[in-house]
Amino acid sequence: MSSRREWLVILKRALRTPRGYIGLTVAGLVVLIAIFGPWLAPHNPTQTVTETFGTPGGGNGLLGGDAIGRDVFSRVLAGGRTLLGVAAAATLLGVVIGVLLGVTAAYLGTWKDGLIMRVVDVFLAFPQLVFALLLVSVAGTHTWLLILAVGISHAPQVARVVRAAALDVCERDFVKAVELYDTPSLRVMMGEVLPNILSVVMVELGLRFTYSILIIAGMSFLGFGLQPPAPNWGLMINENRIGLVVNPWAVIVPAGLIAVLTVGLNTFTDAIARASLGVDRPVEEAAVITPVQLGLE
Amino acid sequence: MTDVHEHIAGGDAPLLSVESLRVVVTGTGSDVVDEVSFALRAGEVMGLVGESGSGKTTVALALMGHTRRGLTIDGGKVLLEGRDILMPNTDLRELRGASVAYVAQDPVSALNPALKVGTQLREIFAAHPDVRPPEGGVEGRIAEVLADVRLDSVGAVLESYPHQLSGGQQQRVMLGMAFACRPKLIVLDEPTTGLDVTTQRHILETIRSLCERYRVGAVYVSHDLAVVADIAGTIGIMYAGRLIEYGQVSTAFRAPAHPYTRGLLRAIPDPARAHVLEGMEGQPPRPGSRPDGCFFAPRCPFCEPSCSEGFPLAVAIGSEHWARCRRAEEITLLPPLGELPERDHSGKRAGTAPLLEVKGLDAQYGEKPVLHDVSLNVRPYRCLAVVGESGAGKTTFARCLVGLHSHWTGEMTFAGEPLSSDRRKRGREQIRRMQYVFQNPYTSLNPRKTVGQLVEQPLRELLDISGSERRDRVVTALEEAALNASYAARYPDQLSGGERQRVAIARALVVEPELLICDEVTSALDVSVQAAIVELLHRLQVTRGLTLVLITHNLALVRSIADDVVILRDGRVVEQGQTVLDNPQSEYAVQLLADVPTLSLAAHP
Repeated sequence: MSSRREWLVILKRALRTPRGYIGLTVAGLVVLIAIFGPWLAPHNPTQTVTETFGTPGGGNGLLGGDAIGRDVFSRVLAGGRTLLGVAAAATLLGVVIGVLLGVTAAYLGTWKDGLIMRVVDVFLAFPQLVFALLLVSVAGTHTWLLILAVGISHAPQVARVVRAAALDVCERDFVKAVELYDTPSLRVMMGEVLPNILSVVMVELGLRFTYSILIIAGMSFLGFGLQPPAPNWGLMINENRIGLVVNPWAVIVPAGLIAVLTVGLNTFTDAIARASLGVDRPVEEAAVITPVQLGLE
Repeated sequence: MTDVHEHIAGGDAPLLSVESLRVVVTGTGSDVVDEVSFALRAGEVMGLVGESGSGKTTVALALMGHTRRGLTIDGGKVLLEGRDILMPNTDLRELRGASVAYVAQDPVSALNPALKVGTQLREIFAAHPDVRPPEGGVEGRIAEVLADVRLDSVGAVLESYPHQLSGGQQQRVMLGMAFACRPKLIVLDEPTTGLDVTTQRHILETIRSLCERYRVGAVYVSHDLAVVADIAGTIGIMYAGRLIEYGQVSTAFRAPAHPYTRGLLRAIPDPARAHVLEGMEGQPPRPGSRPDGCFFAPRCPFCEPSCSEGFPLAVAIGSEHWARCRRAEEITLLPPLGELPERDHSGKRAGTAPLLEVKGLDAQYGEKPVLHDVSLNVRPYRCLAVVGESGAGKTTFARCLVGLHSHWTGEMTFAGEPLSSDRRKRGREQIRRMQYVFQNPYTSLNPRKTVGQLVEQPLRELLDISGSERRDRVVTALEEAALNASYAARYPDQLSGGERQRVAIARALVVEPELLICDEVTSALDVSVQAAIVELLHRLQVTRGLTLVLITHNLALVRSIADDVVILRDGRVVEQGQTVLDNPQSEYAVQLLADVPTLSLAAHP
């Protein structure tokens, strides 16, 4: 196994386990629906084409109509792209901030570590959804603000996890070896520490992405997220729950897609975490590890 | 549980008989261990020796019907008093601990830190009601067992938690647990590796006397030939999953029959004589990529064309001595250390003023003092060895020198200039002139960088030279460390332990330092690799006029390479000078030298 692209090796190894390929297939299907759905929608998702809560079949389309008679099937197809896009952007933002904070705290240590982590703890005290809601309710519902709010709410949790992983790396001899040349801290952090915690960062990306989806869908449900009339799965659950008895599909399908995506992604992330820990490493690799390689003297 | 006693063998039958043992990687079927056969009598200690990855631990675990994760016992027999424990009807829970006991390498991880020692000892009898001493006898047996392993103040030991005992005491507790049920066979997996030489000698004596007294057969797994020579009666040498030589220790070491055994003996430094060491080139083939014919042939100086035709069968040399080599008989006739010359220090340059002076160095970790009033001089172009047991403060000393540890007071001057305790105040030039090589090459190289990037790094940080000049110097440094330029594109995990340590040495050499501080640089390596690294260091001293400070616990190694010796104990200098090993003055040095296990059998053929 070559080290340069450790994340690629771990990805490949994860995909060879049932957890990995089933998780990715399931999540991938939902992502594909979200990406290509808007082009496939048979009707304009914001126009009334059926009767209110029309039951499926006949003139009411595959999944019936919603609260104001729009085609549910079209809205399901069209309602994923923005949701997932915003979630991806927020995740990326949150993980980048979290990684920077975590690595810096771990590497600098002493009172600087204390300062960073206590500030992080203050943010951790707010439940994520409450924090994001607070920001959006004060400054208004803009998409960029939504991304910022959700992203920032992730950062403290990512920082904690990354700091723990980086602490271990910072104590390794190869970091000390470079410190001996009086190398600037930033170069040690980026060149020595960060490349060795990429597997942790990968797991965080996957995990935080599912949380992002849930938070954004939750905020949409509460009316603070992505705004109507544009369709999105979280909003649809809210809009259509009053007609649950008449046309349950208008709620079940968007809720189900979010659930399936979350479960799929979590399963896949779990496979990556196991692969990077070596739990699911191929036996021929596991068998030839010698005590020396494990660092026992 | 069927009746074990039905099969108890007669007087001369072996206690343990292993026949064609085969252990494979689950699923792939490539063998980790194969064709391993040997026998052991009651009361006998057999040493099972090999370098890392040779399969010695795999064999040891198979003696209890166990394998590590991912391996399967695929064939062969392990007959304990005539009964095959590998048969599916064996009750392994009943067997392990009661009939076959195991002592692990590291007592710290083998003992449960949350339970008192007494509780853990009593658990054994709870787990094995069949062999429990009669009513009320358990406490008596425990006291007896602890006395056997020479642990005094039984009450106090039983009431302690493992962390309250020293490493040696913990390993004695492990031995006590192993002998508690009066097993027939005991498997010891490098039980003294983490211990000081003095403690090691006491533990070895205890094991030997207990095996004799209770007629217990022991299989002692180790990579250290000198330790095995000390404790074992017979020895089996493993290479790439095969048992390649078996015999009485005295005959096998005096007249080794396999080229690999001979090579090992020539690679090991002798505490009594400073001879040149001879490393073995190459490395053992891994499971699944082993050559046709003899596995050792690619590294073997005695290789001939027929060696590629199937793995050689065992050739008997004398009674109970055989080797799996076609040329075994002629190799036994060669004295193993015959033509190895004495170490020649005359090629080194001469200098007068000390390169490094240390005066009154006191160092502490937090509140805890580690070094007390250490004063010494490092002569230019010489090799100074700083020797001590674990906890003597030798690594702290090295770290103070290079600036990894800054909590010290005292005076250090390097080439006439004072050395600051704060690394950042030393300046690039001073940093460049003193380089440090870490103990463990598996942790000192960033796994995400190529060898070229690793070796180039100090040049980038410490010198202002052009990219092409940097690349030239990287290649030169790699070649000086006996690696060719093609290594620059590789990653550390594609290298063996010895190659990694060469990269670490090249990284230190690339900035052309005057002083090289080596902290236990060979302790994570196999002996054949260690020999090559030691020879490399000596050659660099002669060719480059390098001054060396060698931190080590290995006195034999010191004998082989050092000019000057400093012995540290509990952070104080006990003795120093050029003749410490030949003519020790302090009681401690005398004791230390006496406790070092030796291969004296081989040294004086």
